[in-house]
Amino acid sequence: MDIRFNALSLTLRGRPILHAVSGHLQKGKVTVILGANGAGKSTLLSCLSGLRAPDSGLVLLDDQPLADLTSIVRARRIGLLPQQADIHWDINVRALVALGRLPHQGRWSKWGGKSAGDDAAIEKAMAQTDCTQFADRKALRLSGGEQARVLLARVLAGEPDWVLADEPLANLDPAHQMDAVSCLKDVARGGAGVVLVLHDLTQAARVADHVIIMKQGRIQAAGRCSVVMTPDQLADAFGVSVHIGSDDSGAPIITPISRSG
Amino acid sequence: MRLNFGLGIALIIALLASLMAGRTWIPFDQWLSGDLRSMIVMELRLPRACIGALVGAALGMAGAAMQGYLRNPLADPGLFGISSSAALGAVTSLYFGYTVSAYLLPVFALMGAGLGMTALALLAGRSGSLILFTLAGVILSSLTGSLTSLMISLAPTPFATAEIITWLMGALMDRSWQDVWLAFPFITLGMGLLLMAGRNLDALTLGENAARSLGVNMVRLQWLIVLGVGLCVGSSVAVAGIIGFVGLVVPHLVRPLVGHQPSALLIPSALAGALLIVLADSFVRILPSTSELRLGIAMAVLGAPFFMLLLFKMRREVA
Repeated sequence: MDIRFNALSLTLRGRPILHAVSGHLQKGKVTVILGANGAGKSTLLSCLSGLRAPDSGLVLLDDQPLADLTSIVRARRIGLLPQQADIHWDINVRALVALGRLPHQGRWSKWGGKSAGDDAAIEKAMAQTDCTQFADRKALRLSGGEQARVLLARVLAGEPDWVLADEPLANLDPAHQMDAVSCLKDVARGGAGVVLVLHDLTQAARVADHVIIMKQGRIQAAGRCSVVMTPDQLADAFGVSVHIGSDDSGAPIITPISRSG
Repeated sequence: MRLNFGLGIALIIALLASLMAGRTWIPFDQWLSGDLRSMIVMELRLPRACIGALVGAALGMAGAAMQGYLRNPLADPGLFGISSSAALGAVTSLYFGYTVSAYLLPVFALMGAGLGMTALALLAGRSGSLILFTLAGVILSSLTGSLTSLMISLAPTPFATAEIITWLMGALMDRSWQDVWLAFPFITLGMGLLLMAGRNLDALTLGENAARSLGVNMVRLQWLIVLGVGLCVGSSVAVAGIIGFVGLVVPHLVRPLVGHQPSALLIPSALAGALLIVLADSFVRILPSTSELRLGIAMAVLGAPFFMLLLFKMRREVA
């Protein structure tokens, strides 16, 4: 029950984005991908979600090549929250969250009605992300942070085996960042694999079971948080020196101090 | 559902009223009397009303699908250049003065639409990319538009020029059952394809990447839209000429009533489009004037103030 990716390489518009990237993601764990802007994090995520085919290399979902799955089967198993929070029409929040159920519904389900399972999953996802209170409001009237929660609910409503999210905490206030983190942790504890691209080092250190640090299209380091998130590694990846402390409970606090050239 | 039901009832009433209305008023009890009046109803007004409803439904649904696909409330089914390629086909037959058969002009128009769809698919390629697709549509519509202008300027006789210009304005006068049976299969097929795209259009609300991650096949969706819009718009142009604004205005009016969901918009837009054209066509028929006002012009005259209202409303919301 895992995703393995082997020697993924990808060149876009003559610019190499990924160089022979390999790794292993486990279900039931939270994996965080870290790296500076342009390190290839989002591209790796879109390869792992099956939206982008690498030039060479293979992504295996439970030992089966991802490219061999039909788009519907893939959509049932892998939920993706893209970086860009697109909501193009002013539809109801509940209708928006219900879009997450699309891979489970037939083409004509619109006319056949939703199943009870669909409704239960939608309500549960909205409760998990604290969206139930605005279930009947219009999506475009919500604030950016509220929209981000609704979009996360959309992914969770599909009950995928894997949740891949590109910067799910951007736009969230501190309280809802914590909520989102604990929600994603719960999802992982529930047995699903969670893969996040994050920029906040402290949040990353607190949520991650497994960390992948990327630099210039390669994996610089991967492993347990305490092993990988060291001052040296972070300085190398981001070009900043960091201070690593801890709060009263012993949880890490990682603060960038200065550019280290 | 309630909205569809209401629009359906309104459409039936409008259709019945349009059979009575015209230069001579023909009440219900004389429709089957067997004299000249019943001839007018059965052979002139009934096919005309049917074509009006078909064309209105096709344009309404095509507009709703286009707006959903491009995620732009200002998209118009004419944008892809399929209506102008159909028009080019029709104008070609007028240019050469092919009048041997009444079928010839609509068949040429359908061929034009078919060629337009092929060109669009070839230009856009197999990427399923929205931007390439829109660009291809713009190229196609400007190319076919200028070729049509060329035909007008080079027309062999002033008569042909006048005929082409009049035809381009769009109208439903003197349509026969032949036209109904020609357009019906293509339009129903096109609308069926667009209905199949419904849930995919909903998924596009979340953007292209999220839609693809939900299992939407963008290439398949592009084909559904090209064929669906092409069949609807191409056969509408073939039997009624170019009638603008319906595909743009109708989805706009209906959208708030269905909670803005693209798939829920398709059927009500078709019904409302049919209703609008049947009403507008009855209106141009009963206007007291020596020669009948062209429906295409009437729609444009109606459409412009509508957009002005929309603009004022948007200005209030922005302010």
